[in-house]
Amino acid sequence: MATVFIPALMQNLTGSRQTVEVEGSTVRQIVENLDKAYPGIKDRLVEGNRLKSNISVAVDGEVTPLGMLERVGESSEVHFLPAIGGGSCAGVPY
Amino acid sequence: MTTTEYEPNIVLSTTEYDVVGTRPIRPDGADKVTGRALYGADVNPTGLIHGKILRSPHAHARIKSIDTSKAEAHPGVLAVVTAEDLPGTKLGGTVDYGEGKQDLAYLRGNVMAGDKVLYAGHAVAGVAAANPHVAEEALGLIEVEYELLPPVLKAPDSMGGGAPVLLEHLRTEELGERTDRAGNIATHFRHTLGDLEEGFKDADVVVEREFNTQTVHQGYIEPQNVTALWNNDGRLHIWTSSQGPFEVRGAVASALDIPVSQVKVTPMEIGGGFGGKFPLYHDPIAALLSKKSGHPVKIVMTRKEVFEGTGPTPGSNMKIKMGATSNGKITAAHAYLAFEAGAFPGSPVGAAAMCVFAPYDISNAVIDGYDVLVNKPKSAAYRAPGATQAAFAAETVVDELAGKLGIDPIEFRLMNAAKEGARRADGVVHPRIGLVETLVALRDHPHWKAPLEGPNRGRGVAVGYWVNGSGPSACTISVNADGTINLTEGSADIGGTRASVSMQAAEVLGIRAEDVRPTVTDTDNIGYTSGTGGSSVTFKTGRTAHDAAQNVKEQMIARAATIWEISPDTVELDKGVFHSRTDPELKMTFSELAEQLNDTGGPIMGRSAFSPTGVGAAYAGCIADVEVDPDTGKVDVLRFTIAQDAGKAIHPSYVEGQMQGGAVQGIGWGLNEEYFYNTAGELTNGSFLDYRMPTSLDLPMIDTVIVEVPNPGHPFGVRGVGEVNIVPPPPALANAIHAAVGVRMYQLPMNPAAVMEALRQQK
Repeated sequence: MATVFIPALMQNLTGSRQTVEVEGSTVRQIVENLDKAYPGIKDRLVEGNRLKSNISVAVDGEVTPLGMLERVGESSEVHFLPAIGGGSCAGVPY
Repeated sequence: MTTTEYEPNIVLSTTEYDVVGTRPIRPDGADKVTGRALYGADVNPTGLIHGKILRSPHAHARIKSIDTSKAEAHPGVLAVVTAEDLPGTKLGGTVDYGEGKQDLAYLRGNVMAGDKVLYAGHAVAGVAAANPHVAEEALGLIEVEYELLPPVLKAPDSMGGGAPVLLEHLRTEELGERTDRAGNIATHFRHTLGDLEEGFKDADVVVEREFNTQTVHQGYIEPQNVTALWNNDGRLHIWTSSQGPFEVRGAVASALDIPVSQVKVTPMEIGGGFGGKFPLYHDPIAALLSKKSGHPVKIVMTRKEVFEGTGPTPGSNMKIKMGATSNGKITAAHAYLAFEAGAFPGSPVGAAAMCVFAPYDISNAVIDGYDVLVNKPKSAAYRAPGATQAAFAAETVVDELAGKLGIDPIEFRLMNAAKEGARRADGVVHPRIGLVETLVALRDHPHWKAPLEGPNRGRGVAVGYWVNGSGPSACTISVNADGTINLTEGSADIGGTRASVSMQAAEVLGIRAEDVRPTVTDTDNIGYTSGTGGSSVTFKTGRTAHDAAQNVKEQMIARAATIWEISPDTVELDKGVFHSRTDPELKMTFSELAEQLNDTGGPIMGRSAFSPTGVGAAYAGCIADVEVDPDTGKVDVLRFTIAQDAGKAIHPSYVEGQMQGGAVQGIGWGLNEEYFYNTAGELTNGSFLDYRMPTSLDLPMIDTVIVEVPNPGHPFGVRGVGEVNIVPPPPALANAIHAAVGVRMYQLPMNPAAVMEALRQQK
């Protein structure tokens, strides 16, 4: 299962857990399964079918342009990061 | 090669190629040195008229009324527009304009002010006339009634209760959650790693300092410009100087609420950008003026407008606390980063947080980031946005820790250097990186060991990190009958990327760099290509050029096999010669085959379009020698060396140019540059005479060391090279000033007044 690192400001939804093991082979499946275990997370991360514009996702160390479509491996690490406009790594999915 | 003997420009090459790593003449060189290259201001379509922008003289005011009737009646005036001519908008829509996303309402609100002006220089109206002088004269006939509001200019002032509020509807966002907190803090986020409290308990030495930096402009020579023609067929053609022609297309279409297919953007040559030529400013105004007048409309900003009306990099307030054991291990680090977004949300504080502790392997860290509105222009990207401010603070504290522990500053950094597998403070694990190699290059450079004698002289060192970027890119290649190729791309060429992209295609095909004819084309003639930012072009468009060349190679091999009537599986291309593995008599050069294409099946074109992953982050470090005048506080830079991991330098001369240019901008930021505002929020140094950037007379030659730790995510090992070089100079200078006269500098710029104040406090 992939390891999801829960951002500090969302750990109130996971009972202060900093990392969570989640099943899923795409970021979308990870988010869906995360939300089943910890309701409310999906609303914080997703708008419609896409990640919110101020949030990006890194899988195995690289922020991905595919967002919810990115593949996730069995031993992958998943990080949800703030994407604040104005910097070339923020807002643009690198 | 080692760095034990002095050379001004050293390349520590690890892999040799035929074309990659050589120094051919740039393809656009002849046009540029003869003055024939066409920039935005050179566009002169038939029927051209000229636009000018009326800007707010006030930093914060409510617009009670705008009367344009006298301007419209003025002889020679052909059109006047205000925010009322822009489509109405609600918050919530997002526009991606390259180096950042922005809410559509904020984008339109920055193009022309609606009910409030939020900074001195905020555009209020546009006028088009037969010539620029009449247009300027007509600006004076527009009557705007303002209700003045108090401005707020610094993040700490803006964050407190009772501060004037810029956007009444704004509520602080916390990673996807809109809180109920009103005020000027647009965003707060936090990264946590390990246990900060335990980390500080393990520390024998703790240093905690507060830093302030000022607003700084990118200082590109060519001002923003645009020519827009809203044609009779309904299509809008824009010629502009931009880092992101496709982002301009998308943002203009969004701002004007028209389909993206109705907009064509032709990127002209660009006279510098450094991140500042991504955002949209006057393009929609020129378009609306063209639609109203029926003429093409050109707007070229004055230097004052560039300073007041475009996006600089923000000022900041930062608090850094770091602890280390007596044997030199950093155990904990905390950063508080408050960045000035300007008038609308979107500072680079997210990037600053990513970078602030990235050079070090620290198990326990917390970073709090705040994006704060102030009455200044909406901030924009500037070369490794956010990283320079953050490094100034963190690298000053790291230097102080090393000093307190009595450890050589390079050795201290090496003892704590991040390597592959280390975790950044935001949790992300580093891939293969080259910080250790960069630090070793500095340590082994003759500069580090050279004697520095005389009073008030000192040597400082610092390092910096930049994450680098990628994005969608497209490239096509067609083969000419004489064995050359035409390469078409959509990446605006700011730093010599026509050459660095072409060379990667040439390497694949075994032809000379000079045999590639690169063209940067418009948005109608190439697939979507994300902008020239994030040091991405040599990586991403180089990758698509590489793959397009591979595509050509496969087709050429198949064609050779057809001519020779053998299986393509037995044909190879080696150093520009096709040959059969089974019959040594069958050989043909690339140009000999190219000559036969039309008679053997037709032309060959290659293509590649995708969004490359595998970005390699970059590190740079520098050594600065300074002399401080104790009577005036003036700092002279005596000697300066910068080392940078390029992964693989495709064209070493252009990498060295980037390193020298970034270092010089970092020196200017460190020692002198700042937006100087009066208490009313008016910029008082909005010219190159008063906004003092360094010239060649202020600087020594910048020595360079290119370090090559190949990025495994790129076929030639490329890492972006355009940005990280600006990051370490300000802290290296601060550390050098401390070594020279014993005072620590906690603010930028470290101009004579600041240094004198620090010396006075020392006494």
